[in-house]
Amino acid sequence: MDTTVTTGNEENVWGGGNRPLGASYGKLMMWFFIVSDALTFSGFLASYGFSRFKFIETWPIADEVFTHVPFFHGNYPMIYVAFMTFILIMSSVTMVLAVDAGHKMKQNAVIWYMFLTIIGGAIFVGSQAWEWATFIKGDFGALETKGGRILQFVNAETGERAAVTEFAAALQEDRVADARDKGIWFSDGETLPSVSLNEVIEGFRANPNILIRTETINEEGEKTLLTREESLGRLKDAVRVVEGANLIRNEYGSRLFADFFFFITGFHGFHVFSGVVINVIIFFNVILGTYERRGHYEMVEKVGLYWHFVDLVWVFVFTFFYLV
Amino acid sequence: MAHAHKLEIFRGLLKFKSNTQKIWGVLIFLSIVTAVEVVLGIFKPPSLVKTSFLDMKLLNWIFIILTLVKAYYIAWDFMHLRDEKSSLRRAIVWTPIFLVCYLVMILLFEATYIYDIFKNGFFAWNF
Repeated sequence: MDTTVTTGNEENVWGGGNRPLGASYGKLMMWFFIVSDALTFSGFLASYGFSRFKFIETWPIADEVFTHVPFFHGNYPMIYVAFMTFILIMSSVTMVLAVDAGHKMKQNAVIWYMFLTIIGGAIFVGSQAWEWATFIKGDFGALETKGGRILQFVNAETGERAAVTEFAAALQEDRVADARDKGIWFSDGETLPSVSLNEVIEGFRANPNILIRTETINEEGEKTLLTREESLGRLKDAVRVVEGANLIRNEYGSRLFADFFFFITGFHGFHVFSGVVINVIIFFNVILGTYERRGHYEMVEKVGLYWHFVDLVWVFVFTFFYLV
Repeated sequence: MAHAHKLEIFRGLLKFKSNTQKIWGVLIFLSIVTAVEVVLGIFKPPSLVKTSFLDMKLLNWIFIILTLVKAYYIAWDFMHLRDEKSSLRRAIVWTPIFLVCYLVMILLFEATYIYDIFKNGFFAWNF
């Protein structure tokens, strides 16, 4: 066992200078922080699990929500998130290579590996920003019922999702956004959706091949499709058009889904961002030769621990948000 | 820190000549695991989706186990836990594992209970 510290006499044990864990002060403190931060993230993911098990029958299916890849049109579930995961693992590798080069006191190698790590982190944060933008913008739009349920639309012939803007009827309506200069001066109204509720309802009645898809997941693990008659019945409950996502409502389904998405990926993205900032600081220190003069590159190792931790958390977020 | 790195993974099945080589080896392994996860996630084999174990789909169990495998190699090889003293390693690993298991157990039981109330109780929420 390499855990026990054997010392000759008791004076030596309490006299200081013992290093029972064999790690420096800085590294231990980084581990303290990482363990406590891991518990914070676990709290978030566990509460996500709580809400999901609570609404297990109606929770949105991640494959149907995250289907976009930048510069490409079409339906590619998971591909972009998998790419982001790979980028983050890759930057973890360059980080650990920087630590390794630091042990060997190779300043130039550390500089290059740190540089690549920062680039990887920046790509990841950028991808997450894009992912957020796509999520907030939404793609098909939906109706919300009086009870806060989401009704989505499907083309019965193709089986594909139908966007509300595609089939909505063009009505001559006066819709005025409740802006500060038009209504109550101290409050903004909500942004108007691109089509009104009446336009969607009229468009739905005029297009017999459009069906409503509810949030409920059926035996096959798919969202339940209503018949035309049922759809027309459910349409009466609709109270508003929902496009995209915000903290109050989203077109994908359960309101909590978007809240947790923003909160958990946002908190993780903030970690990546601060990791990049810390990496940049250390990067310049390496260039300036601070650690060369200090005689060791332990600082690189400490930020490395933080950076790997961020990667570790993403592995879990990826599983619980996108896969399960 | 001493420069001694343990250069074996898979309990000595795979031995590397240098630390750098081990890092690339672990990267390849992690990429393979991620690729398997993504392929399973896209195709969702019906046999794995239909069968469930302990109230969860078999596919989801596979995802969770693969995630823990990835977490193990990130912590052990990238964060150098493999090279730390076992007392430090155990303090770091078992503390969160114990607390997280406890929290998850409580919350998931509670959530299932609430789900049952919504479904079977005299409570209308889907109006």
